[in-house]
Order: sequence, then C-alpha cells, then structure tokens
Amino acid sequence: MSDARTTLLAELRAALPGDALLTCEEELRPYECDGLTAYRALPLAVVLPHTVGEVVSVLRLCRTHGVPVVARGAGTGLSGGALPHAGGMVLSLARFNRILEINPLARSARVEPGVRNLAISEAARPYGLYYAPDPSSQIACTIGGNVAENSGGVHCLKYGLTVHNVLALEALTIEGERLSLGGHAADAPGYDLLALLTGSEGLLAVVVEATLRLLPLPQCARVLLAAFDSVATAGNAVGAIIAAGVIPAGLEMMDRLAVEAAEDFVHAGYPRDAEAILLCELDGDEKEVAVALARVEEILKRAGASGLRVARDEAERQLFWKGRKAAFPAVGRLSPDYYCIDGTIPRSKLAEVLTRIAELSREHGLRVANVFHAGDGNLHPLILYDANTPDELVRAEALGAAIMELCIAAGGTITGEHGVGIEKINQMCVQFTPAELEQFHAVKRAFDPAGLLNPGKAVPTLARCAEYGRMHVHRGELRFPDLERY
Amino acid sequence: MDQDDHSETIAARVREAAAAHTPLMLAGGGSKHFLGRRVAGTPLAVGGHCGVLHYVPEELVLSARAGTPLAEIETALAERGQMLAFEPPYFGATATLGGTIAANLSGPRRAYAGAARDFVLGCRLVNGKGEILHFGGEVMKNVAGYDLSRLMAGAFGTLGVLLEVSLKVLPRPEAETTLVCEQDETSAIELMNRWAGRPLPLSATAWSEGRLYVRLSGPAPVIATAAAGLGGERLPQAEKFWSDLREHTSAFFTDPRPLWRLGLPVTAPPLALDGPEIVTWGGAQRWVKTGIPADQVRAHAAAVGGHATLFRPARDAPPAEDPFTPLTPALHHLHQRLKAAFDPAGILNPGRLYAGL
Repeated sequence: MSDARTTLLAELRAALPGDALLTCEEELRPYECDGLTAYRALPLAVVLPHTVGEVVSVLRLCRTHGVPVVARGAGTGLSGGALPHAGGMVLSLARFNRILEINPLARSARVEPGVRNLAISEAARPYGLYYAPDPSSQIACTIGGNVAENSGGVHCLKYGLTVHNVLALEALTIEGERLSLGGHAADAPGYDLLALLTGSEGLLAVVVEATLRLLPLPQCARVLLAAFDSVATAGNAVGAIIAAGVIPAGLEMMDRLAVEAAEDFVHAGYPRDAEAILLCELDGDEKEVAVALARVEEILKRAGASGLRVARDEAERQLFWKGRKAAFPAVGRLSPDYYCIDGTIPRSKLAEVLTRIAELSREHGLRVANVFHAGDGNLHPLILYDANTPDELVRAEALGAAIMELCIAAGGTITGEHGVGIEKINQMCVQFTPAELEQFHAVKRAFDPAGLLNPGKAVPTLARCAEYGRMHVHRGELRFPDLERY
Repeated sequence: MDQDDHSETIAARVREAAAAHTPLMLAGGGSKHFLGRRVAGTPLAVGGHCGVLHYVPEELVLSARAGTPLAEIETALAERGQMLAFEPPYFGATATLGGTIAANLSGPRRAYAGAARDFVLGCRLVNGKGEILHFGGEVMKNVAGYDLSRLMAGAFGTLGVLLEVSLKVLPRPEAETTLVCEQDETSAIELMNRWAGRPLPLSATAWSEGRLYVRLSGPAPVIATAAAGLGGERLPQAEKFWSDLREHTSAFFTDPRPLWRLGLPVTAPPLALDGPEIVTWGGAQRWVKTGIPADQVRAHAAAVGGHATLFRPARDAPPAEDPFTPLTPALHHLHQRLKAAFDPAGILNPGRLYAGL
C-alpha cells in the first residue's frame, strides 16, 4: 500500500466512528461488485458514514490524498456503475435511510439518499400520493442510485423518468462543498444542474438529500392483453395506440419465445400460439379508463390483433403483470446463459428493428427473446447461449454488438435505463464522436478536476475507444436473483 | 444540404470568433430580447437556420432546426392533434424554437405537464470551440452520457449555439373547460394545492383580482365529472384568458412598474410586495408589479425558499444589471467552470445570464 493510502486510512480512522470504516478483506468482499457481477474489484476500504459531516470529511481526505471514491447505494445497478476502484474508497450511503419529511399539501418527499424507492411510495400512500418512477428493483434500490442512473420503469412514458420527478438535490462535490440544486420553487436560477447530476452515474457529485415530487394515486388501473401473429404487426400497433392520442400508463411487449417461457414459468394465461403479445395498462378516473380501454380495443383490432382480453379483476391484472415481470428469469430457464441488451429506438422503427433482430438471430444461429417497454421503444433483447459450447459466447457477443449497432443506426441509443457504467463503456465510442466524448470529459473536469469520483465509468477515454471491444452479462452471475428485472 | 441548413456557417463563425476572442450575441427571432442581461457582442444571426426536420406523430417526437418559428411548429403539431405540452409563451410572433428552449420558458400547463426542459430529448449544438456536437436523441429513454441537451434549456445560449432540438410532444386533450369562482388569495393557493393532490384532470390554475381560475383538460365525460365536483362557473372565452396570461397581454401587464416573476414553493403564502399579483402554476409562479427595490423583493422570496427574476424593467427604464437571482458563491464558481468547459474563450452570449458567465 502506498504511503498516501496508509496515511488516508489513519486519518479516516481518526475522523470517523469505529463502525464507519471497513478495511479487512472479508468485510470488503460484499462490496466487490454491484448487480453486474462479471466485474469485480476489491476497494482499499469501505466507509459507511452516519452524517453529512462525515461524508464531507471522507471526500476531503480522499481529495487531499488523490484516492478515487465510488459512491454506492444498494448496489443493485446492472451496468457496474458501483464497481469499486481497486485501491479506491467505496462510499456507502446505506446509513442515510431516513425519510425526512412528507409534505402532503405540497406533494413532496424529502429523503436521504439511502432510502429505498418503494419505501417512498409506501410512506406517501396514506396521503393518497406516490412516487412515480418504478425501476424493477424498486423494493431494494435506493433513491441516490436512482438519481445517479436516471432510473425509469414501466410507467415512464406517462409519468417520466427520475429527472422529471426530482425537485431538489443536496450534493457534495469532491472538495466536500455542499451544493443546493433545484428547489421547492420551480425553475431555479442558473444552469439546470439538477438535470445534469441526474444520470451522471456518480461522476460529478455525491447526493446527500433529495426532494421528490409525489403524484396523486390514480383511481383505477386496468390492463389489456392483445395477441398478434407477427412481431411487426404488434410493433405497428404500439404506434397506432400512441398516434390515436392515448398515453398508456404502461405498454409492454413480449415475443413468442418470451411468452412461452413466461407461460411455462408462472402460467400467466398468455396465448401460446401468439407471435407477440402486448400488455397495455390504462390508469386514471374510472370513466376515463373505460373510455380509453374501448378506444384501445378498437385500435388494436384494426391494427390486426388476433386476440384481446381485458383483465377481469385485480387478481388477473396482477397475473398478467406477473408473467411480464418474470420474463427475465423465465427466459433464463430456457438456456444456461443469456446476454441482455438495453437499447432504445424510435417507436416507429419497432417493427423494422424487430424484424431485423429476428434475421440477425438466424444469421448468428442463436435464439433471441424480446421483452421490452414498447411504449418507450426501450428494448431488452435477451440472447440465449451456452457458455460451455465452444464459440457460442463469441457468437453471442457478435450478435449483441450487431443489435446495439442496429439500435444506434435506427436513431436510438445503447442504453435506455441500465446506464453505461463499466458494461457499455466501449459502445459509447460507437454512439459518440471523439469531440462529444471530450465535451463530456470537460464537464467532468468542471466538477472534479482530479477525476476522483467514480473514475473509469460512463465515459470512455479516447485511448480506450481505440482499443474498443465488447462484453457480456453472464446469467449465472446476476446478483439479487429474487429481484424482478424487466 | 438544403438552403436553410446553416450549421457549417454558424460553426465557422463561432470558430473565427473563438480564435479572435470576439464575443458573439446570438440572435434568433429577438422576441425574448427583453429578458436577461445585455450582451456586448457581434450579432450572430441564427434565425435563418430553420425548418422542421422530422415529425412522426406516432413517435411523439418532433425535431426542428433552432431557428424554426415556434408558430410553424405548433401549427404542424395541431394539424396532427398534438401539442407542446409546456405551452410555451411567444412574447412576439418571431419566437423561435431555439430561443424558447434557451430561455426555458413555459406556460400555464407547466405545473401539471412539465417545463420546457422536461420535454427536451436531444439537440445538436455548436460549442464555444465551433464543434458541432449531438447529445441525446429522438428517443424517450436515453442514459448514455451526461444529459447535456437538457442542460441547454435555460442556459440562454451561454454554453452552446443550439442548431436542432428534439422534443417530446403529446396529444392535445379532447376537451378543455375553465371554471372560475370568487376566492381570496390565501384560500386560492391552498385550494390549488389540495386539488393537485387528487387525481383530477387539472391543466392550469391561476388566481387574479379575487378570482380563482382552474382549467380541466381531457375526455369530455372526465371533465364533466371533475367540473361538477369543483363547482364554480364556466369561464367564457377561456382560451383567450389563458393566452393573455401566457403572453402578458392582459390588463395587469400594462402597469408601468417593473414586472417580477417569483418562483416560490407551491404552498408559500401571499407576499406583501406592495403591488398587484397573479398566482399561477398551482402557487409555484407569482407575477408581481411592484416598485420596491430588487433586494427587498428577493429577500421576501428567499425568506420562503424562492427566487425572483426582474422579468421586465419599469416602462422606459434601462435593462436591469442583475435580472436573475444571484447564485451562491459555490454555485457561481461551478457555473464559471462549466461555462469554460463548453466555451473556453467566453464568446457565446457572455453576460446574458450573469456577469462573468
């Protein structure tokens, strides 16, 4: 260990209570990765501060000694954003788990960053309110991580991403300087740093408090299941619903392989003979939902749906969703390994891109199950392969690369909601030009000139781009197998 | 390339200006010229860089060059039953898309649908080095890289010259109704907040001269049910009422005193600012006509956790030196470093937002 690091640990010991510093290997091991376990690294130490003052001390000491800091919430991220820096510090915000205030009249919640996403909606429910962004890991993931990733969920088309639902942030720079961004008052003066920090993957500042917008709970929600005899028809139906002026609360699609897998796994009542199904959820006032439901049924019939069913009650609605939410593990039962892509494309390209993915699947000789947030155009193609069969991994990677390039070529993006982290850092070289990447680096330097906050993530160096390669997610290594992933 | 594409010319002008350290004053339609500080710089006309590039209603996305007249965009959307849900103010027929986003101005629907910045999906811009960069895109969910396109909203052209903007658009509501009732200001603010906590189809609220206005938008039967529950009378010519409020063409705005825009927490009580006031956005925005000194207006706003912009100076008065609420030293310093990250020579609209930016 370098002298600087030895001194840092001694100074941290002096600055923090005994239970706030972990340094021995067995204590560090649980922090070696996040939800993406293909990448692991042991940090120098983990700090678990209790107060903002202690976080300030940690940041200042790390800054003084030039030691990298990786902030960490629940560690459920899927792109390796919280992967430790070997020889660096992991700053866990797990102890910042208090809901500080629910203001029912102003419809806001002021929370510490380690508060779980779902806990906010639970605390707001007695007031008839909830927090809208609902990433699939919401039972475990924390709001600090949601801000870092700009997390989405099933309901983003209608209710927005994290960036649309955060009113204010208190954040610390690497210098330990406190910034108050946004506020209860709309349109805070100056640059929109609230938006800049949201989705910055822990590279710009450390969030120590968030004020969130709460929405009134809708009166009712109903879901409709539509079957199609081709994915292209289903893709076009998605566009038809939206063009008709309906904004569903959720609009999800699964192809035949995913439907069959989900049926085998949870018996959701999906039609096994369909090439694709759509789940369309409508929420709001009872009358409004009834009117919209009738309209959507009409649109879907015209768009060529071969079967339509509205969940008859809440139990069946939950069952329809259960199949969708179990799609990842269900597909995982079909094959020893799968590689999950997270691209977004313009909705109007859905049919075209899905058709092309099917062709690519045949060309590469690997099955692809398509499960995705159709309303947002956010695809999660799952490439099935067996790492134990010679050359299947290579073919899976080649197919994944082709699908990502297809998303970019279709005018889309390599990541809709999982973040770049370490996982997609090479694909950033495909999506952005060197000048654009350099602009990202310049923004990073404005906040963190020494490059100590989560270095090596989210934005590749130009040198790295020169060595561009592709990586994959190994199913057996997905942590938190009990968490829903969709 | 068509004749309305001036991207390369604009980029070249910026490169020349950067090399010569000559400040540029970005000039679109000039409709928001009154807002913000004066820029001493060579005008860089960007209004000619115009045209809707891509609009597919099924995608809920419209992309257009920054110089495209806002009216042209809203007309194209209306033809397909869609709209800009942030209901942007024009403040003049020459308003362009670029200026609308650069100023991050939103209209009555903002409290219920979102601000201009909430609808930005992506943009092409020229940074202060004269490089053409593209951030974000035309898709709803995109977390690749920092959200630099949204950062352009409200930056008043000090970080980059907008070339193209992609916006999320939404269907127009089937029907709209505005209700009005007599109400004192304090009760009106409380009611606006209570209503917003219920699943009602609200799309605008305002209080002015002892009257509370609420606009409902959505399918007709839903509006009918909600209207029956809220009470009040239907306001005739409601569209004109909201557009006058949005465009500052109602009688209130003819008062010669300075016009202040206060951004306040939604539940903040009425402030004693010695002048007439209009409450909008469910309590979040208050327009005040007052002659009391700027520091006093700002102190009142700050005391309740808000901020105050001198939106228009007094009639015939020179432009204000500090129209926007000053930043804390820590934030100001960060703003300067960000400005330098985009515009190292400091040539893009220098000083439009704050001195030294």
